[in-house]
This record gives sequence, structure tokens and C-alpha cells, in this order.
Amino acid sequence: MAVESSGLTKRFRRHTAVNEVDLAVPRGSIYGFLGPNGSGKTTTIRLLLGLIRPTAGSHRLLGEPMPAGAPRVLPRVGSLVEGPAFHPYLSGRDNLLRLDAADRTADPGTATRRIGEALDRVGLLAAAGKRFRLYSLGMRQRLALAAAMLAPRDLLILDEPTNGLDPQGTREVRSLISHIAADGATVLLSTHLLSEVEQICTHVGVMHVGRLVAQAPLAELRAGTLPRVRVETDRPDDAARVLRELGLADVATTAVTATGALGPLAPEKTVAELVHQGVPVRGFAVVAPDLEEMFVSLTGEGFDVSG
Amino acid sequence: MSVAEAVETPAPARARPFGTRFLRSELWLIFGRRRNWAGLAVLAAVPILIAVAVKISPPGGGGGGDGPNFFTSITSNGLFVALAALTLELPLFLPLAVAAIAGDAIAGEANLGTLRYLLTVPVNRTRMLAVKYTAIVIFAAAAVLLVAAVGTVMGLILFGGGPATMLSGTELPFWASVVRLLGVCAYITIGLAALGAIGLFVSTLAEQPIGVTIAIVMVNVLSFVLDSIPQVSWLHPYLLTHYWMNFGDLLRTPVEWSNLQQGALAAAAYAVLFWTAAWARFSNRDVTS
Repeated sequence: MAVESSGLTKRFRRHTAVNEVDLAVPRGSIYGFLGPNGSGKTTTIRLLLGLIRPTAGSHRLLGEPMPAGAPRVLPRVGSLVEGPAFHPYLSGRDNLLRLDAADRTADPGTATRRIGEALDRVGLLAAAGKRFRLYSLGMRQRLALAAAMLAPRDLLILDEPTNGLDPQGTREVRSLISHIAADGATVLLSTHLLSEVEQICTHVGVMHVGRLVAQAPLAELRAGTLPRVRVETDRPDDAARVLRELGLADVATTAVTATGALGPLAPEKTVAELVHQGVPVRGFAVVAPDLEEMFVSLTGEGFDVSG
Repeated sequence: MSVAEAVETPAPARARPFGTRFLRSELWLIFGRRRNWAGLAVLAAVPILIAVAVKISPPGGGGGGDGPNFFTSITSNGLFVALAALTLELPLFLPLAVAAIAGDAIAGEANLGTLRYLLTVPVNRTRMLAVKYTAIVIFAAAAVLLVAAVGTVMGLILFGGGPATMLSGTELPFWASVVRLLGVCAYITIGLAALGAIGLFVSTLAEQPIGVTIAIVMVNVLSFVLDSIPQVSWLHPYLLTHYWMNFGDLLRTPVEWSNLQQGALAAAAYAVLFWTAAWARFSNRDVTS
């Protein structure tokens, strides 16, 4: 396991921010760490990195117990915690140089080359000499990612890495993360963007009010839910009646569609029956339930702030 | 997953046992910052002002203020410009400079959010305190030496050098006097280093550097105020600043060591006490900034 925690708990006075979380992030995975704002994702990440001490529980990073193993393991961990933070009056390059200087395991002889490469990977080379205070939010985010990749890493812990990026930047960061994972690194990706998880993650963990309410490979989560058929038609009520007659559950309609959970029935039978009954079918699709529905069913509510 | 587990390699990260790279980075941060340049410029302006003012209207003797009075000696030897400037800047300007740097040390990094990224590099927390404190002391020494150097240069230009008359009335050759001046700088730095330890501790308590700076300056001023109230004379030997103005004892022949030793001892006691407090506070603190 790249990240492993047992009973990890953090209480701030009376408020329990993280409650007995048992994370299991397999090596080589891209782990989507999901949850509404305030559900304890960032506090968990701070606990993992040793920035705050747990009230109870323990955890390991890359097999090393934390915080005792921090000097050995943290140089192999790149992180982005709660947004970028740099010295405003230093340039992007100088900020990276400072972080590199603080790293006792970094080779000063290769600093310039490594910094240049990291800046290049995030597409920031052109603005490397500009002061950080003049950077846009997207550029700041890119610099933070460059800092996380300053040395070869076995684990990246990234807290909302695409926050503030433009669509182009978002795509670049996603492909960057995929590349890093393809090289064998593990990525723990905290996000509230479900599309992000659907596109690149192999595993998912869902936080809700400080608890880890679900954790599984994405495919496994998907398998547990039923695909739905979606019929596009100008007579959705008739279509819905046919679907019900065929035994589909959970049938719903909009102005131009009717949907239902497919169950064991073959989809082509559905189309045949619709056509046979004279319902005009303008479009037909079998759709996997999206993550949002799964998410809502797990957290029991929508994407609201947890209290 | 099991395959990945099997090819797992042991930690390649080997730390250099000792290095000055982080400290140099810290100094580069301090001395590269424009605000600090402005502060140092103000500190350097004082001896220039003194030298020019005395040149325009030489004092007739007497004068007030704490500690030894060097103004009357300036016209006889330029070295005394440096001493007069140090005397003037020691109660407020020099402590303020140290307080500003101490405020940046931990609270400043916490305020920017860079603290969490330094800690996850990782920088061991004790090492962080050691590097930050060393940088504060180096800055204090640099500030004191800057004032002394500018004062000496201005004094030599406007009033000339030569043998200097010590406070005890005897004359010392010029270079011997310069050595005494360097001794004064070292002694003042020791006092400021103790203040820096208090600053480091306060810096671990807060996330607003300006608040830390104000708090340290208030501690310093309060110490001077208490030291001037005779009703609490029992307290005086324990005050941080009580022995600061005793640097004049280095300008006697022979040097009057007793108070200087007391001063150095008091500074060391303050430094150790607040260094320990800073460590106790910071080594286990939750970093939520």
C-alpha cells in the first residue's frame, strides 16, 4: 500500500474533523479522494503529511510508519496542500530553488536542471522569472505542481490540483497526472470534480462528515450499480408506460426522454417493443450511472457543505 | 497491485548529514528582500545624520540619554560617531530590526502558507528553528556592524582618526580602538541575539508577522522602561536590557569585565529559556495555516 491508515482521527476541541478513517491506497493507483467541502479531506491530507498530529490512529506512507519515518519517506512524496503558497516577491524559479535548498536529499548540482524540467512539465518556463505575486491563480497552481515534482516521487498527494485552472490547463494537468502514474507513481487526488475522477482515477474513496463512507476500485463501484436505458422521444409518457410493462424499475421522464434501470433485459428487446407499440424512438442509449448519482447515494445528500 | 508491492524499492533518499544550503537560502531571502534593505538603510542613516550634525554644530559638552555619552568625543576622533550611533539605535532601532526578522521567521512563513510546504519537503522542525534563529543572529550582527562601519567611515572622513581617548581617560592607538569597537559590536549582538530568541518564540505562537514584531518591540521597550523605574530596582538585574548599555565598559583600560560577564550570562539565560520554549511550542504544533 502506498498510503495506509487505521483509525485515523482528528478532533479540534469538540469538533471531530476526521473520524476513524481507514485509507488503503494501493501502489500505482490513481486514488480519487472525494467529498463535499468540509468533509475532512484536507484535514486527512494534513494528517497524512504529518503537519498535524492525530488524536488517535496511525498511518503509513510507502510502507514507512509516520511521523517517525518522515525524514526517509517525505522526500519521495510530492504534495499540494490547500492551494499554492509561495513567497510573493520571489520569482517562480527562485521559489522552487528555495524549496530545493531546504531539501537535504536534493543534489544542489542538479538543482537548476531539475527546476527547469519541473517548470517545463507544467508549462511555466516562459513565466519562470516573473514574481510570484504577478502570477494568475492558474499559474500559481502550476507552480505548486512543479514544486511537487521537483524530485523523482513515488507518491503524489494532490489537494484539488485543477482548482483555478482554465479548461486547457485542466486537461494538461490531468494528462500530467496520468503520465506520472504511468511511470509507476501513486497519486492520491483530492477533488470535488466528479468528472475528473471518472476520467483518470482507478480507485475512489468518499469522505462524508469526517468519515470514509466508501472505498473501492472505480470499476467495482460501477459494477454495483445498474445501467439505465434512455429513450429520446416526443411521447415520453407512452415510452415510460412501455418500459414499465417490460419490467424496468425506477422509470422517469423529462419533456423529451424516458429513462429506466435496465435490469436483466437485453436493450434491443426494449427498442423492438417500443417500435412495436408505435412509440417514435428518436434516440436510444444504454448509460452507466454517473458518479454523481453514486456519490449522492453514498453521502445521502447533494454537494453541500458538511457541518 | 501485488506486482507493484513486489518490485517495491527501498528508500533512495539519502540526506546529507550537514549542509548550509538551507541557511544560505534563508539569508538570501532576508538580505534579498527590499523591505529589509529599507530597514538597513534607515539604520545606516543614523550615523550619517550624527556625523553631519556634529560637524555643523559641535556640542559643548554634557548631554542626556542612557549609557555613555560619546557625542562630546566625536570631534576628537571619528570612531566615536560609530559608538554614538550604536548608543542611539540600541534602545529601539536595532531591536525593531531584529523583531521584524523574527516576525518573518515562523509567523511570516505561516502567514504565507509556505510553512506547510517547507515542513513537507521535509524540514525537521528543530532544524527549521535552528536555521531561522541562526539567520536572525546573523542579521542582528550584520545590522550592528553596518551601523558601526558607516559611523566609522563617516567619522574618519569628517573628523579623522588617530589614537582615541578611552572612557577611563587613557589613550589607545587607533587599531586597538577599532578592536574595542568590534568588541562592542559583538557584545551588542549578544544582547540582540537574546531578544531574537524571544522573537523566535513569539513567532511560533502567531500567524501574523506584524503582530509578532510589535510584541517583541513592546517587550524590549517595557524592559527599558522598567529598568528606569528605581522603585523596582530588585527586578533590574533580571531584565533583558539591563546590561545592554554596559558596552561602554569595553572602552576602559583595563576593560571592566564584571558587568559585561553578567550581561552575557543574562543574555545566554534568556536565549536558552526562550529557545526551549520555542522548541516545546513548535515541535508538536498542529500546522493548520
